[in-house]
Amino acid sequence: MFNNNDVLETINMVEREHLDIRTITMGISLLPCIRATAEETAKTVYDTICYKAQNIVKVAEELSKEYGIPIVNKRVSVTPASIICAPFASQSAKIGKALDDAAKNLGIDFLGGYSALVHKGMADYEKTFIQTIPEVLANTERLCSSVNIGSSKSGINMDAVKLMGEIIKETASATAEADGFGCAKLVVFCNAVEDNPFMAGAFHGVGESDTVINVGVSGPGVVQHAIEAIPDADLTELAEMIKRTAFKITRAGQLVAKEAAKRLGAEFGIVDLSLAPTPARGDSVAQILEEMGLECVGTHGTTACLAMLNDAVKKGGVMASSRVGGLSGAFIPVSEDIGMIEAAEKGQLTIDKLEAMTAVCSVGLDMIAVPGDTTATTISAIIADEAAIGMINNKTTAVRVIPAPNKGVGDSVNFGGLLGRAPIMPVHNMSASKFISRGGLIPAPIHSNKN
Amino acid sequence: MRAVVTVVGKDKTGIIAKVSAFLAEKGVNILDISQTILEDYFAMIMLVDMSGASEQLSVIATECREMGEKIGMSIHLQHEEIFNAMHSI
Repeated sequence: MFNNNDVLETINMVEREHLDIRTITMGISLLPCIRATAEETAKTVYDTICYKAQNIVKVAEELSKEYGIPIVNKRVSVTPASIICAPFASQSAKIGKALDDAAKNLGIDFLGGYSALVHKGMADYEKTFIQTIPEVLANTERLCSSVNIGSSKSGINMDAVKLMGEIIKETASATAEADGFGCAKLVVFCNAVEDNPFMAGAFHGVGESDTVINVGVSGPGVVQHAIEAIPDADLTELAEMIKRTAFKITRAGQLVAKEAAKRLGAEFGIVDLSLAPTPARGDSVAQILEEMGLECVGTHGTTACLAMLNDAVKKGGVMASSRVGGLSGAFIPVSEDIGMIEAAEKGQLTIDKLEAMTAVCSVGLDMIAVPGDTTATTISAIIADEAAIGMINNKTTAVRVIPAPNKGVGDSVNFGGLLGRAPIMPVHNMSASKFISRGGLIPAPIHSNKN
Repeated sequence: MRAVVTVVGKDKTGIIAKVSAFLAEKGVNILDISQTILEDYFAMIMLVDMSGASEQLSVIATECREMGEKIGMSIHLQHEEIFNAMHSI
């Protein structure tokens, strides 16, 4: 049984420390929607999503009031659309529009799954599908796209890496008026997970059941306050405190996830216990790292602090939930975290340091704006580096970079809302184009051969 | 179903009277009540039974918050499960 201090602690977490359920994401299988033509499939896709998720916003709002915890986003993820579009790949944009229309009709902010999984090989229909991504992201509002180009088990598909560098550039050009905003809705993964509730990388894996509720909890502010309360603690005590805090946050997520699944007639999938920052002050992963004792995130020591944070969050979360999944760890999106934005503006946080950080946390190079004249092969090389970290370390890594058209170092882009603003960060100018143009597959590492 | 009502704010006369009168009107039964004063801050925590409530928890929770805004207090009514989940193993 809880006591009065517990009650007041929970209220404080919500009122002052930005504790929230970041997203309730309904995963919907679209496999039963495949029809002979793009038109028929688009209609069935639209109808299926609108029917299955019709109550998601209402139920989330009810739960938010009953438990007194904000539920910020209501979202849907679907089967990777390249599979649904396989029979008519050149008309994939029609499915993209149907997905976006469904999201608007439901009143949800994002729908994820305009995706393709090409980590070992890329079929012709998948290549055709991927080539529609720039146009689709330019012509839709709420649709998110992701492409998996590598895995620890299969290696890195460098032909797909090369293609994705070009696709990111094209997406930026197609949305040039909005500083390349389309790229904020496009993630390139290595080791993508099938039950991730967070955007832009959410999709509903083919190994999942028909309709599933996955919940993403957040609470960087809560962790930061917990650390603030013990300023002289050593790192063992600090890790313990983070673990305990992550436990509490995750429990709130698990409760909401189970109840939401029940009310929406779906299966309870997983709780993703990630620390997902927002641009609001006091809701920042960078500020947690600085509270641990760094003058500025990005300086020496950052990787070690982040490694400890990520691990402690996972340990607390695993204890708290019967089903942990998704990405589960600390997110470090530059534009969505006020501490990261400021560190990048000061020049303390560089892409190279971020790359090192991605080796020890749950995601990758996320929401990073780079100069508009960055070449496609340089972007492919950035993707290849990230994928290599993911492949060798058996973890998910991702790249979501925005080569902002006509902007250079010293400028910044502003996407507003949760996506925030980002200073343009410099990239290395020496070419990797010969390496990228070789193509082929980087073979899977020796330790993947476990059978 | 049980819920927890918390009332936090600057201490003044008649807070308990106002909150309990409101809950009675809604058919919400108070099971336990405790209060503390921290400096001049008032914090009251009630455990209530919602089984005879005239409206859904989410509706009464919204009304509680609105009443709190009127009397300058922060009032929450939340399903007790959230506290059990977060604070017990």
